[in-house]
Amino acid sequence: MTENFLKRYSFNIVANDFINAGKASSAIKGNLKSMGINAHIVRRIAIISYEAEINIVIHSIGGQLHCDLYHDKIVITSTDVGPGINDIEMAMTEGFSTAPESVRELGFGAGMGLPNMKKYSDDFKITSGSKGTEIVITIFL
Amino acid sequence: MKTVEFAQNLNLELLFSTDKDMNVEGVYVGDLLSIVMAKAKQNYAWITIQTHINIVAVADLLDLSCIIVVENMEVEEETLEKAKELDIPIFKTKESAYSVACNLFKMGIK
Repeated sequence: MTENFLKRYSFNIVANDFINAGKASSAIKGNLKSMGINAHIVRRIAIISYEAEINIVIHSIGGQLHCDLYHDKIVITSTDVGPGINDIEMAMTEGFSTAPESVRELGFGAGMGLPNMKKYSDDFKITSGSKGTEIVITIFL
Repeated sequence: MKTVEFAQNLNLELLFSTDKDMNVEGVYVGDLLSIVMAKAKQNYAWITIQTHINIVAVADLLDLSCIIVVENMEVEEETLEKAKELDIPIFKTKESAYSVACNLFKMGIK
């Protein structure tokens, strides 16, 4: 954290909880909107945080979503505990998904989650191992 | 235009009554949530066959004007409850997505 840092919003995301999926992203969006952040940036962050949140719900056994607000940027960090991603390059390919059929029937698992997150970010970092996955996304203001 | 008038014009069933003004500036048709997230924009009407609660989260995050559920799909009670809470109108019809999209086009939404 630098002196540029303003505020952190943190949320626990529960695995397989499709009822509450999206709540953290809604809260992040609401906070940024009320702070007067540019609508186009709020939309990008809403898309990124929603995809991150849904990935935790579908693919992990639980995790956290953080939104760090700085004077000049917003950083979304998603950390989860779970099996991790076997092949990150494949996971970054549009249309590639390992989501189960039961989840696809609900409209999830289009294989667009990680590609969307990267597309709407200014900087995208992903690390994954056998214990979980961490994604750090930066959007400059 | 009020939701009731919008429903009447398009022959849609309004699943709960709200006094909200409809401001529809575009239309997106889709059932895969990640693609809708990336493509639909503020004040768009979203036509879909998805009915579970997460469609409300998507509509809320994107500031969509409404959700139109087609092909007579049954909308879950928890979806309606959430939509009421966030005041996002949900309409239902037995017509196809194509038919509803054509009717929206005829209304002048392009």
